[in-house]
Order: sequence, then C-alpha cells, then structure tokens
Amino acid sequence: MNVKNEDIAKIKSHSLKLRKNILEMAFSAGASSAHFGGALSIVEIVSTLFSHVMKINQQPQWDDRDRFILSKGHACLAYYAALCEAGYIPKEDLYTFEKNDSNLLGHPVINREIGIDFSNGSLGMGLSLGIGVSISLKKKKKNNNVYVILGDGECNEGSVWEAAMAAPHFKLNNLFAIIDKNNFQQTGSGEDIMNTNNMMSKWNSFGWETTELDGHNIQQLCEFFISKKDSPKPKALIAKTVKGKGFSFSENNNDWHHSILTKKLYDQALKELK
Amino acid sequence: MIINERNIKIWSTIGQRATIGMAALELAKEIENLMVLTCDVSTSAGLDRFRKTFPDKYLDLGIAEQNMIGVAAGLASENYNVVTTTFAPFQTMRCCEQIKVNIGYMKKKICMVGIASGLVLGNLGYTHCCIEDIGVLRSIPGLKIISPADCLETVKALESGIKSKDPVYIRLTGSSNNPIIYKNDYDFKIGKSITLKEGKDVTIFCTGAIVSNCLKAAQLLENNKVSCKVVNMHTIKPIDVNAIKNSCNSKMIVSVEEHNVIGGLGSAISEYKSTLLNSPKQLFIGIQDSYSKGGSYEFLLNKHGLTPDQISEKILKNV
Repeated sequence: MNVKNEDIAKIKSHSLKLRKNILEMAFSAGASSAHFGGALSIVEIVSTLFSHVMKINQQPQWDDRDRFILSKGHACLAYYAALCEAGYIPKEDLYTFEKNDSNLLGHPVINREIGIDFSNGSLGMGLSLGIGVSISLKKKKKNNNVYVILGDGECNEGSVWEAAMAAPHFKLNNLFAIIDKNNFQQTGSGEDIMNTNNMMSKWNSFGWETTELDGHNIQQLCEFFISKKDSPKPKALIAKTVKGKGFSFSENNNDWHHSILTKKLYDQALKELK
Repeated sequence: MIINERNIKIWSTIGQRATIGMAALELAKEIENLMVLTCDVSTSAGLDRFRKTFPDKYLDLGIAEQNMIGVAAGLASENYNVVTTTFAPFQTMRCCEQIKVNIGYMKKKICMVGIASGLVLGNLGYTHCCIEDIGVLRSIPGLKIISPADCLETVKALESGIKSKDPVYIRLTGSSNNPIIYKNDYDFKIGKSITLKEGKDVTIFCTGAIVSNCLKAAQLLENNKVSCKVVNMHTIKPIDVNAIKNSCNSKMIVSVEEHNVIGGLGSAISEYKSTLLNSPKQLFIGIQDSYSKGGSYEFLLNKHGLTPDQISEKILKNV
C-alpha cells in the first residue's frame, strides 16, 4: 500500500513538533525530572495517530472521535505534546508540567476538556479501559476505533494479560493495542529484569491479529493502521522502538528513563532536532 | 420494584445475593443504559435470569476481577450505568488498586456489589470470607459503602446505588432465610441511618444481616432492665454523624459488625465520636483482628461472639 509522500512529510513534521514540545516540558520540569526515554520512543506512533490516523476534530469531547488511551502513563510528555498540537492544550500550559497544582502531572490525570479521557500511570490498567470503551462504541454502533499504547515493561503486569484474553473473546475489531517495545524498563533491560520473550507469539496466541514493525518508520506505521482497519480481530502492534529516540545522548541509554534535562543538554538537543 | 409482603418473603427466603439478581432484573427494565458485569459467578449472584433476559446488558469477564473494574470504567466513561458483582474478597481486594484509580481517583460512577461478605462462606475458609472489605474501601475517597440489613434493604440499596451519582460499594451478608427487618416499604436514603428500636441506656449501632441478632440482643437486655436503642447503620460511608451525636446521651455506645473491628463500622463511629468533647465509651463487637478456624455461618457467628446471647452478655458486662 502506498502512503503519499506528503502525508509522510506531514507526520514527520508533526513528530518534530512533538519532540520540541517534549524538550520544552522536560527542561521546564528541571530538578523534578521527566520520563524522557519512554516518551521519545512513542513519538512517531503518537504522531501518526494524532496527525493522520485518528478521527479527531477541534472539540476534545467530540462524540464521534476515535479514542486514545496512554496505558504507559509515564510517557505523558508525548501525549501532552500531541494534545498541544491538536489545539487542546495551550502552548504556555506545557511549561506547567509537574508544577504545583498543574493539570499536567508526571502521569495523565483525567481531564476531558483537554482531551484526557482517563488517568493512567499505575501500569497494566489501560487496556481494560480500552475494552470497556470498545464495547461501548460497538453497542452504540459507532464506527470509531480505540488506540491503547502499552509499554513492553508494562506487559510484566498480569492484568495486561487478563485484558489481552478478553478483547478477542469479545471480538473487538475496533481495538488496537500498540506495544512500545523499546526493550528497557525502569532499572534495566527487559531481558535482565523480566523477559517478555516472544511478544509476537504471545499476542498471537491470545487471539490478536499481531504485527511487528519499526515503530519509528512512519510509512510502515501508516500502512499498518490503514490496512488493518477492516480485520475482524483486535489488532496488536509490536512496535520495535528505541528508548530515548531522537537525541544522541538519550538513545538506548536507560539513564534517561527518568532524568533531568540540563540547559547544556537542552541546547544540544535543540541542535539535534531535525 | 414491587414491594409487597409476598416479595419481601420471597427475597428473605432466597437471601441477599439472589435478591440482588432479581432486583437487577427489574431495574434493567427501566434503566436503558444499565450494564451488569460479573466474573464467572452469575449463578451465585442470582443473575441467571438476568443473563438470559438481557444478554445485551450483561458481560461475563471470566475470572479476572482487575479487568472487570477496568472494563466497567471504560463503559462508565461512555455513559453506561455499570454494576459489577462477584464474591466480596475478589470484588474488593483482588482489584483494589483498579478501584482506587478508576473509581476513586477518576470518580467513575460504578456500583460494585460484593456478594457473600462477612462469615457466611465459613465452610470454605477465609479465602472466601470477607472481614476486611469495609476497612480497605473506606480509605478510598469518594466511595460510598452500604451494608443492607435485610433483603428489602438490599433491593433499596441497589436501586439507590445505581441511581446515585457517586460510586457505591454494596456489601451483602447473611445466608438464605435472611431474617426480615422491614416488613413494609420505608424510606431509604444513603447516609441516613434508621432507628429500629428506641432505648435510653445503650445505643447499638449495627450493619448488615447481623442487625437481626442485635434486635434480639436488645430484647434480652430489656429483660435485664437495660434499655437499648438499636440503629441500623446501613451506610458506613458517609457515616451518619448526627445519629452518633444523638446517641451520646447513652451510657455506652456499642458497634456490632460482621467485620474486623479494625477499619469497619466501629472504627468509623469512633473516628467521629473522638472529635466530640463529651461522649460515652464504646464497646467494639466484631471479629477481633484474627483469622479463626473455619466452619458454618452459625459456628463462626458463635465463635466471634455475634449471637444474640453473646451480644447481650457482653453489653451487660460492660455497661
């Protein structure tokens, strides 16, 4: 399937804006630190969804919108960045990230006025929410999809697999689970901490239509989301990604799971943005 | 719901958990967006007829309570009015953090029903008894907690829970042949306790199916010239502070519950009572922070001092 070059360029430019927003928020968080690495690994996925795939408009609570759930809530920098580009969060609010009384904490807090349908942060809960929403949309005969992003580390949680079992049982073909497979979790590699082994075969055996691809390749992402829309099963995407993607100092460096972005590194990152 | 003598008798015979299924069946006829979710306990929760009559309003999530609460929150987010039900330990503690995040923190309006709470499943051991649910859930902001005294109150609690704008936990206790407390229809309001018997010496606050034993105990105390007020504290959260304040002219306040004395009704009463300048002492009757050996419901009520004789004796000794 061909994806138009102009669409790819549009999504690429959107990704660039998200990374810029992420830098601004991480820098303004200062000493309180930010979950930098896991936000950067999902930028292309979030961009592809928000700027090209998902049905959304200027109204964050539009009843006919596609639904998005960030189950790996600590990656909220990417989420807030996208909500800002969608026009739901004013740019200046990004600088309130993790500040006292802010709407934008280090994990998403439900706030429908700015497009956040659910609080997340305690891992392993988002896919179940997605199932409830998918069932609701089907009951209402709405032709909308539900997109849930999970982390590969998050898949250590047993509750993920309760949900993984349920979605095919209820034939939720409007549900997409995107697993950000950056191969790291908080204190080390997945292989060292808790090996999730072959995710393709796991999700497949639970009854999902499962695809593995490069989670930073916009063309592949577009093709996946568009070509799989009519498949009769719930869809699992194992997105192979790089934690900290986009900046030389953070790529595949797990020190950036949660860290402080100094002025020096912020300036360096701005130069590396392209 | 049709509330008449015949139905009250039927509900009492089948017990609180079968009654909840019948009540849900009736409510589903009028509430368009109702959804009832369960975890492979449809028969135990009296939902077999519901499942057949309203398959579109029913979801069985299998034995996966954490997922059930998440799915319930997803449905609630899309404006469904959701009831979840399974055995009390699994409805509350297995999925406690999902309750905290989805129902507490996110304020998703869900009505949870914990069936067979307390000691009624004592033959199955303490995996299935539930003496902790009130204590655990009371610490989650925004959640209302109700424990009906009989089967008519179970019907009323479910109706109020479903129609409430806030999340609710309904704790069902007792067995089949649940003693009837209310022979006729009456006003039920979440948070507003009901005085079942007046008395001037002692006030007994009680909740759940054990209310029946407290009424009997009060009668025994009358024979010993101790006049007892008996208050059905059907709502443990928010606790009826006026009722507690008004009881402070008694010589003693007694809390009776089929729950650990730590964290339950007695704790809720004493938390408020301790803010008052002058209040009488409190006697805590319930499970004294231990897991005993198992046995029948009657055996365990006796073991934990919850029979009418034992309740009245304890009060006589302490008053």
